[in-house]
Amino acid sequence: MLSAIVLQAAAGAALGKAGIAIAAALAAFAGAFGISKIGKATMDASARQPESAYGYRLTAIIIAALVEGASLFAILVCLLALNK
Amino acid sequence: MMKSIKHIVLLMLLAIPLGAYSSETEAVAGEAEDVAGENEAASGDAEATPEDGLDMDEYLFGHIGDSYEWHITTVNVKPVSIPLPIIVRSKTSGWHVFSSHRLEEGGEHEGFFISQEEKYNGKVVERADDGTLLRPLDLSMTKNVLGLMINCTIIVLLVLGTARWYRRHDVLREAPRGLAGIMEMLIVMVEDDIIKEGVGKDYKRYSPYLLTAFFFIFINNLMGIVPFFPGGANITGNIAITLVLAVCTFLAVNLFGNKHYWKDILWPDVPVFLKAPLPLMPLIEIIGMFTKPFSLMIRLFANIMAGHCMLLGVVAVIFITAKMGPVINGSLSVIAVFFGVFMDILECLVAFLQAYVFTMLSAVFIGMSRQEAEPEHNK
Repeated sequence: MLSAIVLQAAAGAALGKAGIAIAAALAAFAGAFGISKIGKATMDASARQPESAYGYRLTAIIIAALVEGASLFAILVCLLALNK
Repeated sequence: MMKSIKHIVLLMLLAIPLGAYSSETEAVAGEAEDVAGENEAASGDAEATPEDGLDMDEYLFGHIGDSYEWHITTVNVKPVSIPLPIIVRSKTSGWHVFSSHRLEEGGEHEGFFISQEEKYNGKVVERADDGTLLRPLDLSMTKNVLGLMINCTIIVLLVLGTARWYRRHDVLREAPRGLAGIMEMLIVMVEDDIIKEGVGKDYKRYSPYLLTAFFFIFINNLMGIVPFFPGGANITGNIAITLVLAVCTFLAVNLFGNKHYWKDILWPDVPVFLKAPLPLMPLIEIIGMFTKPFSLMIRLFANIMAGHCMLLGVVAVIFITAKMGPVINGSLSVIAVFFGVFMDILECLVAFLQAYVFTMLSAVFIGMSRQEAEPEHNK
């Protein structure tokens, strides 16, 4: 019964906008999580073999750009939904 | 050299009419906030705060979207902007060319006006006899078109200036310095690390397109970060421009793919049940043919537009807190300035990185379309 009241109250307020904001936050979190994994792997590999550190850094930056592309897909959809 | 001139001119010609059809046009007809002196003179420069605070939508989309005039600053509530020509062809009355000053603030000229309604909002329209809005063929030189022309002129000057050094000096005897030095560093890096490795054997055929794409994206990204004229036009953050770049890559990959590439798409080396009664794998491969350039387009567009939005938001903090008293405004302005400088430097890195990633992925796709078949074994 409580959940029905909460649902009714939430439907009055802009539940759609809250959903969009949550989705954008999830997209940011997912991007940060993926890129931090890349950072960890780069650090570990550079510590094991410092002479190849330059190559690891370049690869890490490239892969970070690709992962960020995926997270920005989601942000774009949120922006479009927000303006509809 | 003639070939690279041809490629650059072709790209410029392609961009002009497509720039006129840019999406997300919000007509900046004389209002909106000024953010010209972004970091240093931010608090002292801007006048003309509207009565009820900053209109975020207008401010944000006015800076990111296209417009029929180039708004530079606002002095004492009067906007200072560069009027750009509006070139339209209506079905009833033929060609019209006039300055966009005539249409500012809702004015009407020769039957054309800027629509304020939901339909064609912000674009030049004319009213038909029965009252509906008609959109004429619009080839106007908008802010994006002028920005593209300025940036392409910069690219042509950079590249031809470098070529001039190489014509006059023997590169085996002295190392280039100055402009030729920095351009050689960039071009050699792109050629060796990206093009030779990505494309493979016949990389020389694709070097002109890939180098042009790299420098086009890099210079346009950098000019988008500069807050004052002639920079500041949001070009690569406009999906029409990135669409053209992705279409160019799509054509470069598919028009020159060899037989092995097409065989892998239409009759791949998979078990027969995946391709015979229902062509499942070929369908997936054809969809993949389109999604790869699509992701190129979205990646560049979203990265650059998001960067511009963040920069604009940081500077907007100063204007939003203007009404909250000097203490909050002052302290947040200082924070906004430092954060803004940091974001600008990050945007410079993103500008280079997005150009690098676009060129690298294009080179890899082109290389994948020119691969030879592997020797058969275990048949």
